[in-house]
Amino acid sequence: MMTEFFLKLRKAGVPVTLTEFLTLLEALSQRVTAHSIEEFYYLARAALVKDERHYDRFDQVFGAHFKGLETLFDQIVGVKVPVEWLHKLAELTLSEEDKRLIESLGGWEKLMETFAQRLAEQEGRHQGGNKWIGTAGKSPFGAYGYNPEGIRIGQEESRHRQAVKVWDRREFRNLDDTVELGTRNIKIALRRLRRFAREGAAEELDLDDTIRSTARNAGYLELKMVPERHNAVKVLLFLDVGGSMDDHVRVCEELFSAARTEFKHLEYFYFHNMVYEGLWKDNRRRYTEKTETLTVLNTFGHDYKLILVGDATMSPYEISYPGGSVEHFNPEAGDVWMSRLLAAYPRAIWLNPQPQNRWSYVPSIEMVRELMGERMFPLTLEGLEQGIRALQRAR
Amino acid sequence: MSESRFRGTDRYVATDDLMMAVNAAVTLGRPLLVKGEPGTGKTQLAEEVALALNRPFLQWHIKSTTKAQQGLYEYDAVSRLRDSQLGDARVHDIRNYIVKGKLWEAFTTEVQPVLLIDEIDKADIEFPNDLLHELDRMEFFVYETREVVKAHHRPIIIITSNNEKELPDAFLRRCFFHYIRFPDKDTMERIINVHYPNLKKRLLSEALEAFFEIRDVPGLKKRPSTSELLDWIKLLVAEEIPPEALRGDQHKLIPPLYGALLKNEQDVHLFERLLFMSRRKRD
Repeated sequence: MMTEFFLKLRKAGVPVTLTEFLTLLEALSQRVTAHSIEEFYYLARAALVKDERHYDRFDQVFGAHFKGLETLFDQIVGVKVPVEWLHKLAELTLSEEDKRLIESLGGWEKLMETFAQRLAEQEGRHQGGNKWIGTAGKSPFGAYGYNPEGIRIGQEESRHRQAVKVWDRREFRNLDDTVELGTRNIKIALRRLRRFAREGAAEELDLDDTIRSTARNAGYLELKMVPERHNAVKVLLFLDVGGSMDDHVRVCEELFSAARTEFKHLEYFYFHNMVYEGLWKDNRRRYTEKTETLTVLNTFGHDYKLILVGDATMSPYEISYPGGSVEHFNPEAGDVWMSRLLAAYPRAIWLNPQPQNRWSYVPSIEMVRELMGERMFPLTLEGLEQGIRALQRAR
Repeated sequence: MSESRFRGTDRYVATDDLMMAVNAAVTLGRPLLVKGEPGTGKTQLAEEVALALNRPFLQWHIKSTTKAQQGLYEYDAVSRLRDSQLGDARVHDIRNYIVKGKLWEAFTTEVQPVLLIDEIDKADIEFPNDLLHELDRMEFFVYETREVVKAHHRPIIIITSNNEKELPDAFLRRCFFHYIRFPDKDTMERIINVHYPNLKKRLLSEALEAFFEIRDVPGLKKRPSTSELLDWIKLLVAEEIPPEALRGDQHKLIPPLYGALLKNEQDVHLFERLLFMSRRKRD
């Protein structure tokens, strides 16, 4: 039974290794737990899961695998699910689109009402059953276009005062790494770009070299100095502003502030929709104080890494035709400028705040992605990490 | 030997899962890696474990410049060099210049100690990898004196991390892991009771209410943590603020002494604005 649990965990994408599994078995044989499934759950989690982002997945597998077995154990916690919690959970799982759909169906309150009602009915028909809303296939939410997998809410219903086990509460849901970012997380992701180098004035005593040189110098002290180590990575950040980017202001702000504190050599510029011959540093004076893109290309060396942030959602003309820009007449098309940029900065990525599953429906996103040579990543923690990795790879 | 299972102390409230993780790590002699939001008592945990199990407590605080070798020992070449040029007799024995690190200390104490390796993620990425063998086998080799230092007892090692760097898998495999979640209202109440046993019931509930309200404000740059709540309550008690004041009357929008909770003027503005809007709606 345990081995099967182990394999299921691996299948669900929790990176468990044999060593860890053996540790768990060793702990069990040393009787670290008394005989409650809850303690076993805590022990298994501490031994097998090494990253809070995987807690949620672990909880799901644990719940599914040991369902029904709790009768073997005496102790079961009696916690009821508050309605607010259902509310919150559902909110977390819903995309913008779903929310709009809810609005059109008469709003949130009504929906929750229906939801509760359905639950009651479902309870009535299957008295005593321990059903999972998703897997029972009777999810009232099917009709409303929800993904039933998305709202798998443990054992249901508060008024029956059924017990909900710890793993069924799935409190670690929002630690999964596909959720949007906070500045701190972004900083950590960006930190991977660090490249330490010794540059500048020699200020630190190089002990090893000093000892070596002194020994070579027949024992007479010869001091050797080296420059201090610091982060030498250089980053150019181009941010799309205005128009359709207004929806993503917050996440871009966060990325920007994280990048500002993380990199000493950070240069940033703004553009609108697509990069053309001019960029600007101050949005209030974007029409008067433009910097020519060519100047930027000539000022910052090839060792800069380029990060473009934009939703790439525009009319295809803005990319492929001269004069296609929505704001001004551009003598050269956007893709010409893009290829110039990419030639100058071979290490470049495009971060897109639009959800990845919608990319293929927007032709301009596909075009930009092609221009970037597939190096477009969603602006989530996972995407950012992939992007940083792509930046580090030499092309 | 006193109690061998950790159940929290009268100063520290441990949840069931935390107790389980600590006990598993103690029983099997593996390191315990603790992560969690800042201010949830990660560092304090090690002290309390030492206290509860009545063991000596050693702390190794990691900085960005810390090397793994420093935890084992350091060879003080410079002072040996100086001594040799001054003709000191000590110079003949290299042992005089070996400075013991925290890990060496932990390996050689009489009783099994609790060793805290604090904020391991602050160090270089390679740091945990350099300690793999030492933590696994609990022994290391001193090149200068050609001796092997072996642990008398496997020390209880508690490692904290703030998630600034990802730790290598090989390292993680050898640890137990626990993520300290932000306490819910009940746990929080217990924590406060432990720290301020004589707090008036009403002040406590009002303070908690205000605190969780602030934490729930969407978009805060830095959400207040447990340690900040404790500081705030200390201030409230010291200033003798009555519970009614926390409710916030119509004139005052923001709880008194908010400086202990909100550490960023943008957050203060944001909170004021949101509060103002919600009050206006209610009127």
